[in-house]
Amino acid sequence: MSDARTEMLSRIRTALGGSAPEPAEVPRVYRSVGEHGAGSDAVLELLVDRLVDYKAHVHRVSAAELPALLAELLLPGAPKADPGRSAEGQVVGSSDYRSPDILPTTRRAARSVVVPSGIDRAWVAGLAGVEVFRDSREAPLSAVELDGIDAVVTAARVAVAETGTIVLDGAPDQGRRAISLVPDVHVCVVRTSQVVQTVPEAVRLLDADPGRPLTWISGPSATSDIELDRVEGVHGPRTLHVALVS
Amino acid sequence: MSTFLGMPAMRAGRGPSPDAAPGTLGGVGRPEDPLHWGATFPDAAKAALENEQLRRNLGNATRTIRTKRARVVGEVPDWEALRDAGSAIKADVLARLPELLETLERNVTARGGVVHWARDAAEANRIVADLVRAKETDEVVKVKSMATQEIGLNEALAEEGIAAVETDLAELIVQLADDMPSHILVPAIHRNRTEIRDIFLERMADAPPDLTDVPRELAMAARAHLRRKFLSAKVAISGANFAVADTGTLAVVESEGNGRMCLTLPETLITVMGIEKLVPTFDDLEVFLQLLPRSSTGERMNPYTSMWTGVTPGDGPQEFHLVLLDNGRTKVLADEAGRSALHCIRCSACLNVCPVYERVGGHAYGSVYPGPIGAILTPQLTGEKSDLPYASTLCGACYEVCPVKIDIPSILVELRAREVALAGSAPDAGDRVWKAAMKAASFAMADGDRFRRAARVPRALRAISRHGVIKRLPFPGSLWTRSRDLPEPPKQTFRDWWAEREDER
Ligand code: SF4
Repeated sequence: MSDARTEMLSRIRTALGGSAPEPAEVPRVYRSVGEHGAGSDAVLELLVDRLVDYKAHVHRVSAAELPALLAELLLPGAPKADPGRSAEGQVVGSSDYRSPDILPTTRRAARSVVVPSGIDRAWVAGLAGVEVFRDSREAPLSAVELDGIDAVVTAARVAVAETGTIVLDGAPDQGRRAISLVPDVHVCVVRTSQVVQTVPEAVRLLDADPGRPLTWISGPSATSDIELDRVEGVHGPRTLHVALVS
Repeated sequence: MSTFLGMPAMRAGRGPSPDAAPGTLGGVGRPEDPLHWGATFPDAAKAALENEQLRRNLGNATRTIRTKRARVVGEVPDWEALRDAGSAIKADVLARLPELLETLERNVTARGGVVHWARDAAEANRIVADLVRAKETDEVVKVKSMATQEIGLNEALAEEGIAAVETDLAELIVQLADDMPSHILVPAIHRNRTEIRDIFLERMADAPPDLTDVPRELAMAARAHLRRKFLSAKVAISGANFAVADTGTLAVVESEGNGRMCLTLPETLITVMGIEKLVPTFDDLEVFLQLLPRSSTGERMNPYTSMWTGVTPGDGPQEFHLVLLDNGRTKVLADEAGRSALHCIRCSACLNVCPVYERVGGHAYGSVYPGPIGAILTPQLTGEKSDLPYASTLCGACYEVCPVKIDIPSILVELRAREVALAGSAPDAGDRVWKAAMKAASFAMADGDRFRRAARVPRALRAISRHGVIKRLPFPGSLWTRSRDLPEPPKQTFRDWWAEREDER
């Protein structure tokens, strides 16, 4: 190939030609830190407000209370029988998702949960009767297997209060990208000390290891493609629980 | 690309496909040239203006997004500083483009990715088709991407017997209806819920037969339909919102999660990206991750952003290809007056504030890039004669909202001046353009607020005057200045002068 690379680079050089614009000095007078410290009451309050605005469910607990919270979220005492599941693991054709009034959260208890290999085992110790799968890069579950699993529990890397965003970076306690994507319920555990106010603070943190696969999550997935009506939960988990642990 | 399903009308691609069902479900067909299809702007605009429902849908949609945008932008105390930084970063990228592209290539390669270079649409399509065929599959899943629309990738793959399934809900609707997108961000905005239900019932084999037109239900039908594809797809194709030169990191910003599905589940990922999408450093993302969502959907942050660097063993696709696309971009770059069009981050804010777009909708522009940015980018990319630079009142609203400060009105004036040079000899084209310009002018005059903003026009005219006299107005004014000089417009409009005077009291 006379090759495209050489030709494109030479086209660009010619295009910039004699008029080569000066490399621009970038004015960086925007805020690079917020006025409130990480984990302060002000940022936590802001984060909760933003998350609720996105229809995420926020729970504030101490570390000791976390296992009980997970049990409550994933074993709500609802009947576990659910005959309406199709081969793809979607509740197709049953009435539960049809009514706009019924939040998917309250549909039913989880029968199975996947967790990344690096999380604290104590977190899920209270999930009696729920099958707990462990997933890792070395021993990954297939997408089809994940599709048969109801919920996922992960930790997080950092959260941005102003935008209501949680970032996962694929570390052993956050797992492969697929596990927080395919199951229908995502319970994300965020330590209060991980909550910063602004986007630049989070980016600086992540810049320490930018090569990791990063997933920024702001509320459950949503679409506004039909007459701009917001519908939560299209392809990702339809329910996002955030456990804010102090 | 040679054949396609659309029926050639005025120009290739206009008119519903012969495969489309009778009635209103079928769209405008898939054009042979995604940057140049349909009737001329004045003709298409006239037809659109007669479509009451379209105007109502569009009016509602653009008003809603405008209001949301204004509210969340108002929350950000350093918005103007972010715009300045965004604009400067993009200018810096263009100035150092060869060096930054080479850096990106080096870093993507170091992390196990493969970089391809494509001079034009045909070359890019060829590269992608070969990569897909090597994986021995005939179906790929796609994340919505302007770059792949621009090169007509789906149609090119179809010719090779490969089905490219759009997985963004709006793109899926457009694809099922054999239609073209009409908005950068919400491509199916010209369709209402009942039409969407009918399209699903007729064209989506596994749609529940008792599907209603409740948006949640429609979205869930799409979820079930697409999940099957996500779980089995071997190859995914995406665009990129940003690529970080010094780390090799790619970023895709989305809402629905279909992006994450495509970017992480298949074995192979192919990303097609315009060469201008770079940012120099990872930290630069902090600027654009603030500017883009608020400008685009009017959200503080979009639900999902995915970033990946080459290949991560054990997590996500184990084969990654990045196709760097020129397709006219170096032509745009060569144009000193207009090159800042390459700063565009495709947020679509300029569409939602444009009084012309709001009336005529995206199809009238005959390009995958509609609205104000389309009116400059499309003729620049194709290098063709065009009446699109006249599809504007020059009211300046697009400049005010643009997160990277592209001075669209000034570039439009410059492009009009060039059209004069090109088109002075074609009286027929001139006539049409003149009418479109007059329509735009009367529209601007009909509303006080618009008229105030239209005051940018004299300012733009001042920029082309010499010694207080304008020798040659851009077309259509040239019809007049051909025989006389025009005095330079006053430095201040009467309205500005009056407002200032009032303020001083
Ligand atoms: S020109 Fe500016 S406002 Fe318009 S889509 Fe591009 S970045 Fe957004």
